Amino acid sequence: MARALSPRRQLVTTLAAWTVALLIFFPVLWMILTSFKTEASAVAMPPQFLSADWTLENYAEVWARSDYPRFFWNSVVIAVGSTLLGLLVAIPSAWAMAFVPGQRTRDLLMWMLSTKMMPAVAVMVPLYLIFQRLGLLDSRIGLVIVLMLMNLPIIVWMLYTYFKEIPGEILEAARMDGASLWNEIVHVLTPMALPGIASTMLLNIILAWNEAFWTIVLTTTKAAPLSAFIASFSAPQGLFYAKLSAASAMAILPILILGWFSQKQLVRGLTFGAVK
Amino acid sequence: MTISLGALLGATASLALSGAAMAQTTITVATVNNGDMVRMQGLMDDFNAKHPDIKVEWVTLEENVLRQNVTTDIATGGGQYDVITIGTYEVPIWGKQGWLESLNDLPADYDVDDLLPAIRGGLTVDGTLYASPFYGESSMVMYRTDLMEAAGMTMPEAPTWADIEKAAAAMTNKDAGIYGVCLRGKAGWGENTAFITAMSNSFGARWFDENWVPQFDQPEWKATIDFYLNLMNNYGPPGASNNGFNENLTLFQQGKCGMWIDATVAASFVTNPKDSTVADKVGFALAPDNGLGKRGNWLWAWSLAIPASSDAKDAAKTFINWATNKDYLALVASKEGWANVPPGTRTSLYENPEYQKVPFAKMTLESINSADPNNPTVKPVPYVGVQFVAIPEFQGIGTTVGEIFSAALAGQKTADQALAEAQAVVTEEMKASGYIQ
Amino acid sequence: MSTQSSRFAARLMVAPSVALLLIWMIVPLAMTLYYSFRLYRLLSPDRTGWVGFNNYLWFFNSPDFWLALFNTLALVGGVLVITVTLGILIALLIDQPVKGQGFLRILVIAPFFVMPPVAASIWENLFMHPQNGLFSAVARGFGAQPILFLEQYPMWSVIGIVSWEWLPFATLILLTALQSLSSEQLEAAEMDGAGAFARFRYIILPHLTRAITVVILIQTIFLLGIFGEIFTTTQGGPGSASTTLPYMIFKQAIAAKDIGRAAAGGIIAVILANIVAYFLMRGLGRNLNS
Repeated sequence: MARALSPRRQLVTTLAAWTVALLIFFPVLWMILTSFKTEASAVAMPPQFLSADWTLENYAEVWARSDYPRFFWNSVVIAVGSTLLGLLVAIPSAWAMAFVPGQRTRDLLMWMLSTKMMPAVAVMVPLYLIFQRLGLLDSRIGLVIVLMLMNLPIIVWMLYTYFKEIPGEILEAARMDGASLWNEIVHVLTPMALPGIASTMLLNIILAWNEAFWTIVLTTTKAAPLSAFIASFSAPQGLFYAKLSAASAMAILPILILGWFSQKQLVRGLTFGAVK
Repeated sequence: MTISLGALLGATASLALSGAAMAQTTITVATVNNGDMVRMQGLMDDFNAKHPDIKVEWVTLEENVLRQNVTTDIATGGGQYDVITIGTYEVPIWGKQGWLESLNDLPADYDVDDLLPAIRGGLTVDGTLYASPFYGESSMVMYRTDLMEAAGMTMPEAPTWADIEKAAAAMTNKDAGIYGVCLRGKAGWGENTAFITAMSNSFGARWFDENWVPQFDQPEWKATIDFYLNLMNNYGPPGASNNGFNENLTLFQQGKCGMWIDATVAASFVTNPKDSTVADKVGFALAPDNGLGKRGNWLWAWSLAIPASSDAKDAAKTFINWATNKDYLALVASKEGWANVPPGTRTSLYENPEYQKVPFAKMTLESINSADPNNPTVKPVPYVGVQFVAIPEFQGIGTTVGEIFSAALAGQKTADQALAEAQAVVTEEMKASGYIQ
Repeated sequence: MSTQSSRFAARLMVAPSVALLLIWMIVPLAMTLYYSFRLYRLLSPDRTGWVGFNNYLWFFNSPDFWLALFNTLALVGGVLVITVTLGILIALLIDQPVKGQGFLRILVIAPFFVMPPVAASIWENLFMHPQNGLFSAVARGFGAQPILFLEQYPMWSVIGIVSWEWLPFATLILLTALQSLSSEQLEAAEMDGAGAFARFRYIILPHLTRAITVVILIQTIFLLGIFGEIFTTTQGGPGSASTTLPYMIFKQAIAAKDIGRAAAGGIIAVILANIVAYFLMRGLGRNLNS
């Protein structure tokens, strides 16, 4: 609905929009700035913007104190692994729901979403016991499974809304041509559904990356991702604002950069069928 | 032919790899992210050189999260850790449950008789040592010598609570952002409950009488809470209900507190010029009393223990012996100076003339020696523990009571309301747990 | 158009996710239900047994329970109101042809990529801290006393932090919906003399209904379980001023190690979630079914 505006109004709108955007972004910016200050400079009053003592020491210290690459790699494996596994299970389901809808499809979707409403803390001990029996504690595969199940309803729902937007006639035409079910998916659906699948994937990688309950409860060392890395830097002794900021920046920057680079795909897909 | 040769090479390589892995035992060590523990991780080269066959994996977590994970693991027999960091509250309870491995058979060079008796006693159940102290602490008064001087006052070596109040009033300068006294207000059995419980001992209060009947309705508790709230409301920093050990340490290091009554282990942090802006202006005194024969100081030791579910107990013992041996203290001293040695565990450390030069050494030792977990209160009690009650239920009720006191500090409740609520909650829990009818 | 065989194929394709989610739901739920009637304290393993409804009664009798229930709903409701309102306003603003729109959008969505514990600790330590936070510096700059966010307004502080985290999500969905609105329709309305407010009220808002519904639905699901932000900042306090139902359960499970009570609380939370879901579906389901 973008429309042409008078130059003056455009200036005002631009200013307003930038102010709002900078306000929203400011906490992240302030955290990044703090991460480059010395501890003393980080808590100086009045706050220092340009006059601060800049240093890279915080990053060096955080890097030296923990095995960042391992946490990082675990985060990547868990986030990507759970998303891919989720897509594998969800794509056929969403496809079937979108193109062969039954009377209960809507209810089924709602039921799936409702499984997400169980508070994680309530099932913490039962799940811990199950994991222990199955030998899945502190394993990446265990976390991949848990996060996959947690996000599966969201994946199914997102995909369902995309697939529904693919016109049924195209399928009919393909069937007329005698395409098999497999061909139908590969040659007709996939190209049309790919943008939707891509943005579903992105959103779920972000959700899995940011999960900070099960990832801490169910891991110790081998499978611990960046959320556990952060837990080792929160509330230590003494002045820690700059070090906490540095560790925080290291934990969120990878996903922030991924998000920014792929924001077009993410945004295009982030509709959940909201657009009709 | 080439293919099978490649396969053969691959097989040999993987065999060699698995051979190397077999020879090396991996142990998982869970620790808190406090200064001394982090320092130990920086000194691992020494351990690795002495014990190349043991590989140590660290799990470093914030105290609350660590406790949550370790407790869940040990109570369900999870077996995820080989060495865990626990305190004097957990050791007697877990030892009795059979969840911990006995440390009576540590090698002779460990020199168990060198441990401070008060600390050793807290980690021993029925003659069995279940954990080895990494550092021990009591609590004491840390104060700003420059501010006291400016106010024309001197801090007695063994102050009373009245002295503390006077000093707090004299040092408070809210316009300059200086608050006379910083005390714990953040809810938690290891946070404000620990402080207030130790404080209540010096007011003659106790958690339970000999029959496990809660005592929060008694005048001693009323006097404790009234004094605490009054002191904090008049001379404490704003927002104190969210301040725990770490928050207060930061404030003190920034020069915003006149006094801070807290763990003796903090002495080395507030006098370290690298982190503290007031490093050369800190004096120490014993925790205050009210002339009733008990001081408001506690006893705690962060200690290393081995869960019974560990599958690398020998390697774990080797590690514990390295980390809590006299040699480790010497190692830290050679690298970081005597002031940064983990304090409060060994008699020999306090007999060392080098260590006696450290300004807070004497006061730390006296504080530790004056705390008696087996006889913590003025009136008799059925429990062990100075700033806690060594029963499994205490984590829960201690935290709930801490929340109630924290709410009172935030001004949501009066002292009377808080105490009545604490009495009701603790009574109900003690009934539910079968201590009282 | 669907034939018998395609129906069958469809069922087969839906089966894996349904089966997995059934297991994921039923197994922990059954265990939780079982424990909720048991005395099971991790630290006193010798004392176990059936206790009937005692664990449930403990929750209902606890003075904190109704407050926690209220706080849970206040958190969900508060965050929804803030994110939807601000989300609409920001979406309207950045939908305008402003300079540097791409970069602008990058800034606006940034909070969505920040891990909840990180978000909470940034806000707690760098902004809301009464001595060292930026807000207190601003207050002092104006000669005012710093606001004690976490002590005096703990629930509002938590709502504020969570709203910041979810604002990008709401904004993006609403923005996408806004962009699909045809500008002819708006221009026609403008020709007819409809003012800005009227255009918003009668054209834009109805167009956004579906998007708002989606935002409410998705966010409610996530918000009902929130406790990490509370754990990092206020720990439910002071007292129990910012304790929500999930946090109350967490305290039973973690602080008291009382698995029986935590399980009973979990079942109560599931029932609450289902009640909320029911009203959500009744109120919003229509908007989605078109």
